[in-house]
Amino acid sequence: MTVPGQRDFPVIFEFSTPGRVGSSFPAPDVPELALDALVPVEHLREEPAALPEVSELDVVRHYTRLSHRNFSIDEGFYPLGSCTMKYNPKIHEDVARLPGFSRLHPYTPPEQAQGALQLLWDLERLLAEISGMDRVTFQPAAGAHGELTGLLMIRAYFESRGERQRTKVVVPDSAHGTNPATAAMAGYQVITVKSDARGNMDVDALRAAMDDTVAAIMLTNPNTLGLFEERITEVEEIVHGSGAQMYMDGANFNAILGVTRPGDQGFDVMHFNLHKTFTTPHGGGGPGAGAVGVKSHLVPFLPVPVVERDGDGFRLDTDRPKSIGKIRAFYGNFGNLVRAYAYLRSMGSEGMRQIAETAVLNANYMLARLRSAFDRPYDRLCKHEFVLSGMRQKRQYGVTTKDIAKRILDYGFHAPTIYFPLIVDEAIMIEPTETESKRTMDEFIEALLTITREAKENPDLVRTAPHTTPVKRLDEVRAARQPDLRWRPKA
Amino acid sequence: MTARRKGVEVERRVQHKYIPATDAEREEMLRAIGVGSVEALFADIPEAVRLDRPLALPPALSDPELIAQLRALAQVNLDCDRATSFLGAGAYDHYVPSVVWHLAGRGEFLTAYTPYQAELMQGELQAGYEYQSMLCELTGMDVANASMYDGASATAEAAVMAKDLTKRPEVLVSTAVHPEYRQVTRTYVAPLGVQVTDVPYRNGVTDLNAVEAALSERTAAIIIQHPNFFGSLEDARALADLAHRAGALLICAIAEPLSLGILKPPGAWGADIVAGEGQPLGNNLNFGGPYLGMLATRMEFVRRIPGRLVGATVDTEGRRGFVLTLQTREQHIRREKASSNICTNEALLALAAAIYMATLGKQGLQRVAELNLRKAAYAKDAIGSIRGFEIAFDAPTFHEFVVRTPLEPDELNRRLLQHNILGGASLGRWYPELRDAWLLCVTEQRTREEIDRLVEVLEGIR
Repeated sequence: MTVPGQRDFPVIFEFSTPGRVGSSFPAPDVPELALDALVPVEHLREEPAALPEVSELDVVRHYTRLSHRNFSIDEGFYPLGSCTMKYNPKIHEDVARLPGFSRLHPYTPPEQAQGALQLLWDLERLLAEISGMDRVTFQPAAGAHGELTGLLMIRAYFESRGERQRTKVVVPDSAHGTNPATAAMAGYQVITVKSDARGNMDVDALRAAMDDTVAAIMLTNPNTLGLFEERITEVEEIVHGSGAQMYMDGANFNAILGVTRPGDQGFDVMHFNLHKTFTTPHGGGGPGAGAVGVKSHLVPFLPVPVVERDGDGFRLDTDRPKSIGKIRAFYGNFGNLVRAYAYLRSMGSEGMRQIAETAVLNANYMLARLRSAFDRPYDRLCKHEFVLSGMRQKRQYGVTTKDIAKRILDYGFHAPTIYFPLIVDEAIMIEPTETESKRTMDEFIEALLTITREAKENPDLVRTAPHTTPVKRLDEVRAARQPDLRWRPKA
Repeated sequence: MTARRKGVEVERRVQHKYIPATDAEREEMLRAIGVGSVEALFADIPEAVRLDRPLALPPALSDPELIAQLRALAQVNLDCDRATSFLGAGAYDHYVPSVVWHLAGRGEFLTAYTPYQAELMQGELQAGYEYQSMLCELTGMDVANASMYDGASATAEAAVMAKDLTKRPEVLVSTAVHPEYRQVTRTYVAPLGVQVTDVPYRNGVTDLNAVEAALSERTAAIIIQHPNFFGSLEDARALADLAHRAGALLICAIAEPLSLGILKPPGAWGADIVAGEGQPLGNNLNFGGPYLGMLATRMEFVRRIPGRLVGATVDTEGRRGFVLTLQTREQHIRREKASSNICTNEALLALAAAIYMATLGKQGLQRVAELNLRKAAYAKDAIGSIRGFEIAFDAPTFHEFVVRTPLEPDELNRRLLQHNILGGASLGRWYPELRDAWLLCVTEQRTREEIDRLVEVLEGIR
């Protein structure tokens, strides 16, 4: 929504008028001593922070209008592959905001926080059952944070066994960028293993890469091509045969809930993206919650504290000498754990399996209807998502995957994930999730097929898209070359 | 139990409200795919790893049952609405104006993803830019990122940043920094071969002589907290000068950004990186999370900053717009050479912080900071005059202070609970030498009456 006569949508600072206020606080009920009587003057600010001076209504209008310049699951289909953009139930917001959770201080004595501790205890049991893991920590704030937690536990495990020569981590070439970045943060050298012609990790290449200097392999299963690693049992034999650990990136866990458990596939540690699989809202890029499950041999290394049960009560155990320490303050993104717990309790066992079955059915349906219009690098049934290639459109009409993605926005949908995984040229990665109806998927399919016709008949229309969004295509090169990262008053 | 029709098998199932596909649509979709059953779609999963039983989960709850179940769990917790709280220590009970979560909780923000399609996501991108701008104003730094996980991990990432910038192998950390921030910093830097050396405090503030003695050409940075974990104000400029003389960076952790409503911003006294906790800026206590990691630095270090950055640019028609920028620092481009692995962050909490800062504004933030300072000063004075109680340190404080108590602080807290008061944090769990020390916090939420009541109860205890 652009304001007529005004080219740029205003920044909140541009509404500022000296003297205007947007908040009220009680008058001091204690003596109003001069500030410099309480704090030596050298500690005091000379000028107040130059925050906006706006009324409450200014704030309400501005951020409401900004919300209209955004796209959300609440508004429409969001087939962002690898992100599992499923419906975020409203009831979860209500329960997470109960004062007993939202107004609870993290250092409340455990005896006065038994409900919160019980929720953590119960949620841990539920996730352990679903994943086949023995214990779960909730301290990591996101998936990548969980990866770091997992690798640090593996590192501590090998140190405790005197296997310090294990300095490498193996990742497939289809891995999320966070996997190699995490391995580097955990002090490991990254070895990349290629994928085979069916889109699985190349087992021969893996065998060649494995020796006693490898600490772990990080695998996403189903992988980022949306394909189940068909040779997972061979992978497990090779990895464990060389004494290394199996790390599972749980980003794609939605596809296999109740069907197969990572713990039964041989994984020693995995992270859950509670903000994907267990539907805590993404909030425009966070907060997430990246729980990490481990098999029993890694339990001593879990971050502190761990919730333990004594009789009818729950306590926080910090006395764990082998622990990797802490990865975040307090106990994790508790508010999101309340939401995930509510989701699990409302779905139950049958619901879990229905999630996986429907997510996979929906993805295969969309794939079946779209496959002939695009190139398809690995022609197999998919799991919860699938990857197409826009190479044909690029070669024949000079229309890139980015152009197609931008044109999708004009049809009232979010675009799929594009240019990922890196091993597919002009990749388009579509994940419908189980919460979308056939009707919505059909509308999206029709839009995408229409765009492929537009690419042929009117390629400029696609190349200059989007046409209906609040702004047109943005100059990313300029943003990077002349960084403007904060508002400043015009001189 | 299956219904067989035209070669397609659909299992009979209970229709769930979050899963719209009907049995008829399932059949249609299976036919379009060309397989006979949903089961066939899972044929690529080896039999050996399939789960051969239903998951052992408790039965599904309806919404009314779910609400009742969660209310029951919530009700046994003693939250800050049900008790008078003097707890702080890195998580602060402040008044959150109603507008903050009415706006930040809107589904348009709440249920959006990271803004990968900028043209469609100008709302959250612009809010991120506004947040970055306000944080720069507050801290006096040049550039702030769009958020980190929390104060502790932001401090740890600042330490990693300092190691990369200086190529030096050691980080000094004041023991007056939040113990959990120190723990997390250790966890992050240990695998990178960085040594963490504690620098002691003296009389409640970082010991300058010890810092001077510990600094060397090996020191990448010194990490302090200001106000520090004891609530005391550090001699921050002197610490920054010492660090700079040794060629090291000064990292300032801030657990209470509201203090900057009146305190000199770190950018004005020489901090190189500000890392901190944004929970007090409009976010709930949430039993410790989600919280908001803040990270700000000097422009010259921008290419080593971790996380998302929003930048202003123009569209093809010359209109201002916002994008995620300088992404070659990040994991999805740079993979193992990235400045951090961070991907999902705390964007929604940064939005709430922006709305909070805009709502309070230039005057309001100063006003609320003054209220915190004055109420805490009143309480400190009153508690310090109770026989048997003693203010532990001489340094000036903001809204927290340490008290030496005649009883073990845990025992004191148990007695206060009988009066429905949540007492302060017992410092002995982190500092063996402070077994009789109690960290009290007084925010603008506490009234004089409540403070007087605390004093009265304490007088009765001695």
